[in-house]
Amino acid sequence: MRIVVCVKQVLDPELPQRDFRLDPDGKEAAPGRASRVISTFDEIALEVALQLREKAGGGQVTALTLGGKPAEEALRKALAMTADAAVRVDDDGLGAPGEGLGRLDGFAVAAVLAAAIRRLGGADLVLCGRQAADTDAGQVGLLLAEELGVPTVASAVSGEPAGEAVRLKRETPGGYEVVEARLPALATVTNADVNVPRIPKVKDVMASFKKPLTVWTAADLGVDPAATAPRVALRRLFIPERETACEMVGGDSPEAQAEALAERILALKVLETRGWRHAGAGLRFRPGGGAGQAASGTDRRRPRPGGVPGR
Amino acid sequence: MGGAGGAAAEAARDAADRGSGAVYLVESPALDEYQADRYLAAVEVVCRRAGPDVILFGAGDVGRELAPRLAHRLGGALVTDCVGIRADGGEIVFTRPVYGGKAMAEVAAGRGPFVATVRPRVFDPAPSGGAAAEVVPVEVALDGVAARTRVVERQAEDKAGPSLEEARVIVSGGRGVGGPEGFGMLEELAGLLGAALGASRAAVDAGWAPAAWQVGQTGKIVAPDLYIAIGISGASQHLAGISAAKHVVAVNKDPEAPIYKRAELGVAADYRQVVPALTRKLRERLAR
Repeated sequence: MRIVVCVKQVLDPELPQRDFRLDPDGKEAAPGRASRVISTFDEIALEVALQLREKAGGGQVTALTLGGKPAEEALRKALAMTADAAVRVDDDGLGAPGEGLGRLDGFAVAAVLAAAIRRLGGADLVLCGRQAADTDAGQVGLLLAEELGVPTVASAVSGEPAGEAVRLKRETPGGYEVVEARLPALATVTNADVNVPRIPKVKDVMASFKKPLTVWTAADLGVDPAATAPRVALRRLFIPERETACEMVGGDSPEAQAEALAERILALKVLETRGWRHAGAGLRFRPGGGAGQAASGTDRRRPRPGGVPGR
Repeated sequence: MGGAGGAAAEAARDAADRGSGAVYLVESPALDEYQADRYLAAVEVVCRRAGPDVILFGAGDVGRELAPRLAHRLGGALVTDCVGIRADGGEIVFTRPVYGGKAMAEVAAGRGPFVATVRPRVFDPAPSGGAAAEVVPVEVALDGVAARTRVVERQAEDKAGPSLEEARVIVSGGRGVGGPEGFGMLEELAGLLGAALGASRAAVDAGWAPAAWQVGQTGKIVAPDLYIAIGISGASQHLAGISAAKHVVAVNKDPEAPIYKRAELGVAADYRQVVPALTRKLRERLAR
């Protein structure tokens, strides 16, 4: 299975609000001391692709990005996570230069990525993160699906090869479903406990430097820069003021505090008059089980404690 | 639009009663179950017929999937997850959060039609009453539309209570809850209040709550009237998910936790003692 994963390099989204600034033009975030990382859901999409390759017993995972030279760091990280190859399409001269966050819209990015995928000879499966951690828009993956004209599954969390098709698991409100799509197909990916991105091993980091990293320009792909002008204009970017004065409810004991809090909550006049009861006792969620559970022996970033005790 | 069961017709009558100029209704057995290719084909036919300048979807699972694909098919512009809309000198300007809610962007369209998704519950529903619009049935030949994906397995949890996105009250737990058992305590309170249960990413990553419960920029974006945050520190990506909550109440041992910059009521104490007592008091007062 040939899988292409589209990744975007963004400023670390974990940067706390107090350190967050806009650049002097007010068109995008100021880099400050924030590092550049692979956008959260794109890294998760990579993990899903690598797990699929493992389940299929082989295949090729290619990481694809649109960006400047610094974006190659994101590709090196993808290669260290054990992607097989990487491609950067240079964004020089595309979109509306100087417009910061509004420079390229989802349509332009999707058109360029589609051209790159065609240049790669197509892909059996294209995976994209659900949304980028800077624009938070959730557009590129679905627009790319339309560009490519392939079956589409939104918000998948894991996949299984199924012959000429792929079976993708999606979380639904209070459950899950498995959706089958004939290849070639595209899926957007969201987070779950089965797709926490692996931490690259030292030997894989070393090996990543020997893997191929191809650079194409828009001209190489036959993309007309004029066709990448954004369809929407960023009129203003600002940091909202939203500090609330919090009333700390006091009391001599937890009982007294709870009583005072109950009164203050009731005074908000937002509580309904009827509640509900769970059909059964206790929580139904049990971690660590179910279809699509990753069986990879790879190191995990956020090791979890053992299962939930039965009740 | 919807299946042949009559639910779509009922929704159409409701929309007609809320100030719409016209309501188009597509009913087809092919729409009994949500399948993106078919829903997309139906909405595209209606949009080409009605020729709107602006097309709005709720930013739920369906709207988030359909809006970009429709915008592509119509050759329009697209803006997602809007929390504000206003007319400004002849152009329509949408406000939406970016950078995980750390900043807001105002975006205007350079070409139509302008397809947008609107964050659920941010706007009050249009009032009903007044002159009812005409409901126009639209025939769409969906038999020829290939459904290129199909659901092969579905597991629905027998879960009581509302969905996070639609909930008026949410009880949510974070790292401070300390383990999966603590969520049982939260569930008790949620059940009493008719609330949905939520969790921070820390609690989900720890395996104490399913990913479907996660609230925040990387999980569910919610807008309840009341959000009760238990043992949640208030990381910016979490706060981004609750930016539209009307009232936030926090219980967290650490009085310096960032959640108290967003909450209007707080108790800096151990939730294990406060939450059961709070549940008891509220049960008494609500006479449940």
